[in-house]
Amino acid sequence: MNKTDVLIIGAGPTGLFCAHQLGLIGLNCEIVDNLDKVGGQCIELYPDKPIYDIPAVPECTGEELTNNLIKQIKPFNIKFHLNERVEELKKIEKKWLIKTNKGTEFEASSIIIAAGVGSFEPRKFSIKEIEKYEGKQILYSIKDKKIFKDKIVTIFGGGDSALDWAIELSNTSKVVLVHRREDFRGMQASIDKVNQLKEEDKIEIYTKCQLDSVKGEDKIESINVKYDDENIKEIKTDYILGFFGLIMKLGPITEWGLNLDKKTIPVNTENFETNKEGIFAIGDICLYPGKLKLILSGFHEGALAARGCFKYAKPDEKYRFEFTTSSKTVKNRLGVKE
Amino acid sequence: MPKITYIENSGKSHTIEVANGLSVMEGAVQNDISGIDADCGGGMACATCHVYVKEEWLDKLPKKEDGEEDMLDMAYEPKQNSRLSCQILVSDELEGLTVSIPLKQG
Repeated sequence: MNKTDVLIIGAGPTGLFCAHQLGLIGLNCEIVDNLDKVGGQCIELYPDKPIYDIPAVPECTGEELTNNLIKQIKPFNIKFHLNERVEELKKIEKKWLIKTNKGTEFEASSIIIAAGVGSFEPRKFSIKEIEKYEGKQILYSIKDKKIFKDKIVTIFGGGDSALDWAIELSNTSKVVLVHRREDFRGMQASIDKVNQLKEEDKIEIYTKCQLDSVKGEDKIESINVKYDDENIKEIKTDYILGFFGLIMKLGPITEWGLNLDKKTIPVNTENFETNKEGIFAIGDICLYPGKLKLILSGFHEGALAARGCFKYAKPDEKYRFEFTTSSKTVKNRLGVKE
Repeated sequence: MPKITYIENSGKSHTIEVANGLSVMEGAVQNDISGIDADCGGGMACATCHVYVKEEWLDKLPKKEDGEEDMLDMAYEPKQNSRLSCQILVSDELEGLTVSIPLKQG
């Protein structure tokens, strides 16, 4: 059991800065995120895209913003739990008990949901009948590439994940690459490599077609792909890999008894608490009159939510407002030497 | 204001006046038309405002910018007439535009 004052759900910019604010006021926190890395949408959707509306930062990329935030919270030694999604919350007396899909448990006096539009999960094939093969012959990520040795692997997708795995697996498997259009969108070097492997007959490529159906009894033996002109091509295969990027899903958040408005959680603007005492929501996921989905708004919301957590973490103490420029206590927490 | 018609997957049709300068996505979101999620808020960073454009309109729309086709790779059941509705800005020329909403987004 991990005991902490506050559990933050979501390691995007809003969650990270909120951790900083908690640290300044002397509360500790841990952060859970379903991605394998810190940074949320900034790092997953637009690491290289410049952002121009961070106060006092004329221009920075999603990745630079994330790295700076990580640097800013370094003094507080915050513990991250990546690749984990919070599944259950339960209130026992005055504490929240939290459990993730990996079985990690937390006890916290408050929870701050900074989950954006939800957790990132792989996009799947749209055909309903193939669900029963998912996790067996149909995969959206690779944990152990050895299972593909000497097998036929059909890879769907046109981005870097599809190209990289096509190149990698072509060493030990027969690889078929299928994409819905002729252009691939990965790095040029990867596209060139894939084309070269095609010339050498090490990869088969089919474009302008998509998965139509699978054939086989208990096991998939072959698949049909359908071309834009409706023609069908049968491909023998042992495994099917789909790399269509990630989609954001609210997931279990909808089951925690929180008021919801479409995909957002209504909060008050005094401390960003939800309808559940001790649960706060900040960043893109929260809703109030005038809400702007900007990173800078998330920073403000996090600063106030952090103070909102204080009374639950330290019910016998009174919160005192202090500046980083003048407070010795705050400077100590930051590890600043005078 | 130009009238835009949104057809839900169930066949239910909504014809709405959308102000010039808004995107087809914003027209849907502001009028609570279900099926256009627009998770990223119009930043061309997701594919959850995906629509199918009625064939006769395909050539009349502003061309796809770099990146739209890449995002469409990730849409649910993309077709030849797929567009991201956040990238279609409403103008008088689009009077009568009809878009269909996929079964789901993502």
